[in-house]
Amino acid sequence: MSYSDWLIQLAQTALVLGTAPLLSGVTRKIRARLLRRQGASVLQPYLDLLKLIRKEAVIAENASWLFRAAPYLILATTWVAAALVPTFASGLPAGAAADIIVIVALLGTARFLLALAGLDVGTSFGGLGSSREMLFASLAEPAMLMAVFTLSLFAGSTQLSSISAYMLGPGAGVNISLALALVALIIVSIAENARIPVDNPATHLELTMVHEAMILEYSGRHLAVIEAAAAAKLLLYLSLIACVFTPWGTAVAGSGALAYAIGLLAWAVKLAALAFFLVLFETAIAKMRVFRVPEFLGIALMLGLLGTILLFVSRVSR
Amino acid sequence: MMSQLAASGVGLLLALSVLGIVARRALGSRLLYAACFAVCAGLAGVALLTLLAPGGGFEMLAIPLGLPLRRTFLGLDPLSAAFAVIVNLAAAIVSGYAIGYAAHAREPQRVLPFYPAFIAGMNLVLLAQDAFSFLVGWELMSLASWALVLSEHRSAENRRAALVYIVMASGGALTLLLAFGLLAGPQGGYSFEEIRRVSAPGVGPIVLLLALLGAGSKAGLVPLHAWLPLAHPAAPSHVSALMSGVMTKVAVYGFVRLVFDLAGPPAWWWSVPVLVIAGVTALMGVLYALMEHDLKRLLAYHTVENIGIIFIGLGLALAFEANGLGAAAALAFAAAIFHVFNHSLFKSLLFMGSGAVLNASGERDMEHLGGLIHRMPVTAVAFLAGCIAISALPPFNGFVSEWLTFQAILLSPQLPQWVARLLVPAVGATLACSAALAAACFVKAFGMTFLGRPRSMPAAAAAETDRFSQIAMLLLALLCLLTGILPGFVLDSLGAVTQLAVGARLAPQSGAAWLRIVPIDIGRSAYSGLFVFVMIVLAAATTAFAVRRVASHALRRSPAWDCGFPDTSPATQYTAASFAQPIRRVFGSVVFRAREQVTMPKPGDTAVARLQVQLRDTVWDALYVPVIRLIEATAERLNRMQFLTIRNYLTLVFVALVALLIIVGTWR
Repeated sequence: MSYSDWLIQLAQTALVLGTAPLLSGVTRKIRARLLRRQGASVLQPYLDLLKLIRKEAVIAENASWLFRAAPYLILATTWVAAALVPTFASGLPAGAAADIIVIVALLGTARFLLALAGLDVGTSFGGLGSSREMLFASLAEPAMLMAVFTLSLFAGSTQLSSISAYMLGPGAGVNISLALALVALIIVSIAENARIPVDNPATHLELTMVHEAMILEYSGRHLAVIEAAAAAKLLLYLSLIACVFTPWGTAVAGSGALAYAIGLLAWAVKLAALAFFLVLFETAIAKMRVFRVPEFLGIALMLGLLGTILLFVSRVSR
Repeated sequence: MMSQLAASGVGLLLALSVLGIVARRALGSRLLYAACFAVCAGLAGVALLTLLAPGGGFEMLAIPLGLPLRRTFLGLDPLSAAFAVIVNLAAAIVSGYAIGYAAHAREPQRVLPFYPAFIAGMNLVLLAQDAFSFLVGWELMSLASWALVLSEHRSAENRRAALVYIVMASGGALTLLLAFGLLAGPQGGYSFEEIRRVSAPGVGPIVLLLALLGAGSKAGLVPLHAWLPLAHPAAPSHVSALMSGVMTKVAVYGFVRLVFDLAGPPAWWWSVPVLVIAGVTALMGVLYALMEHDLKRLLAYHTVENIGIIFIGLGLALAFEANGLGAAAALAFAAAIFHVFNHSLFKSLLFMGSGAVLNASGERDMEHLGGLIHRMPVTAVAFLAGCIAISALPPFNGFVSEWLTFQAILLSPQLPQWVARLLVPAVGATLACSAALAAACFVKAFGMTFLGRPRSMPAAAAAETDRFSQIAMLLLALLCLLTGILPGFVLDSLGAVTQLAVGARLAPQSGAAWLRIVPIDIGRSAYSGLFVFVMIVLAAATTAFAVRRVASHALRRSPAWDCGFPDTSPATQYTAASFAQPIRRVFGSVVFRAREQVTMPKPGDTAVARLQVQLRDTVWDALYVPVIRLIEATAERLNRMQFLTIRNYLTLVFVALVALLIIVGTWR
């Protein structure tokens, strides 16, 4: 590993956090346009974060140190997970130290801390959010892992760079297991990012809410950090799908500046396209009842398992 | 040399056990636990040196004791040594905890004599190199722990727990006796050496079955787990830590010794029952734990889940070994033993934490706890570390062993058999499910106990536990983190163990860049706990620094917001039951036949609204209740024999004698 690879890795690490609010700004803008509204500027999330960060933080009287430390740890684990996903370049040094199972588990750590933070003040809304979040996670995480299994078995590796490279190679083709894994991944992404039909990122104070209920007691800089983590998580999932299923254009570590520029452009285009489809789906569908969500996620789990089993029986290992 | 030292350690523990009878007052018990700490630490050191000795300096110790005309063989081979490190490390730290914890004991005489004997029994099982001393150790371990379960004998619940435990333990020991009898064959070679040399043909599958019954019941495999959540919490907390964190590991050792070492080369289908039972155990264990609101019972049920994860690794190792896939078998086996080690660390830690909570508040029921993070900050930090570790979240150690198990599962397309190929992904799915549910379970355990507002007066008045307990818990928390960050060293030290059990070893791990572990091949998968940990620390520090530079520093404390309707009563918080309600609704209707009944009075009616939940333990109902009924009915019938007249007895004796003579006559 050369120094330039580490520099690119550092750039990617900064980029995933720096552009995450832009991505959520873009999704909001697309959503507004689809609803025939003008919508706020795509830079609005940055302004929101800035506004929150400059405000006084108000916390409950009985909030513990965990409540104050949790936002930073949540952002840190989510950020590290996002930095491990190849965005515009693959084969970077961090990828060789942690694979896709680690990424799933790091998001699990972030969720664990967030659910604890929701319980810290001891309000009924916080408990409600935490309880539902853990219910959804108990299905979404295995579904995600089964999709990951399918991909890993397909490529013979759990390293995202290797999977991405395999998808570019001649061995990959249109495959039923891959399609099942893609559907499972999309369902999990929707649930994990608290999007419609599982949760609604735009509402507040609604009994169906999950994510918003957990962070109800947060304000000021703590809320800003949590919002940044949520944005990074959306970026992570979209980058992950882009990296695995549309690996074209991604630069390989060590290639020249031009390749990196192309990679950057390709990544931006892919994310914009995925964001468009995500919002299109959101505007076309209604919010689900809470107890319908486990069924929705159960479908993802079954699809993931089916994909894995089909692969297990259809091919000899590599 | 090492074996002598280890054997004398066991002798010392037995001597301490005798001293325990005469130990008086708090000072006496403190000294006794301190002595246990020293002996266990020494034993762990001896075992570690044996494990790491180049060339595996295995030596056998023959003692002229035990069965007539036979000698007792003791020794530490790599497998024994690895388990001896695990057992004695945890036992030493638990003994250190007990130095402080013992001061709270009401009746120390009921614990002190049995505690060292319990540890001695476990060590004897590990040291044994012949069937006789193995079983003696096994029984010593069972009986001593039974006495410990019964130490708070005034509650009827504990007495019932002890009864169920002793019945199950006796049954388990019986099956192990049969297994060794089969292995020894007609010549009766009871030393492991002889068993390995003259392996009786065709007994393998029966030995597997008997080992699953005997060692499995001790470890807590579903459906033989019924005693475990009763007995483990009934004992004093430091004993619970040993029973759940350590004794179940001795059971795993018994299984490994019988099936991997003594029963001869496995057939591929041996893995099928092991994997099925393990998958069911993992999932059922965590679902049971989620439904529980008694902190110690929750932890005990969760042990069942972890045993399932360990046996998934063992089952995979059997399948790979039978098919001659050495590297994969070594990976699966190392993953299982790594999880054994991890579980001994975090489960001991969590039980010690629950003991601290129990001492401080007198409560085990999470519905009466809450807010302890303010009053017991050190315990809370240690318990939190244990919760993250047990939920298999990076950068702690539970994640590493589950990651290794997942890597082993991903190797299973190499298996030639269709059944195994279909079964393994299903087991992988149950493993993934149980890992996610474990996180939910420990959000509940930590959240209800330490977070929120206190739900009872004792919880509001709780105070931090003593220094010894704090140090012991923090030490285990640190070990959980270190093992998670530096797993390569643990894997490397398991090389000789996997060589012995499955005949292959993993490539050396430590020394790679960022101390990462590479189970098979760098292009395939790698994990560096150190790298992930450093990244997380750097990311958190960067964020905190940036926020500090840019953000407002103002912080105001105010009443909770709670959507503008803050409630003053702590009873309006989410409880353990309400937290688990959605999961109960999704999973419980099948597994527990959960029924909810809501009695809602009419508007204007002042009657109380009620929500009644009924959960049934399906395993208990389907398996244990019929057996209990059968035994009771038979006993009822046989009871009449007690009240016969002399004539009837004489007739009975005569008939029995004639019948026996006829049987003997026809046999010849």
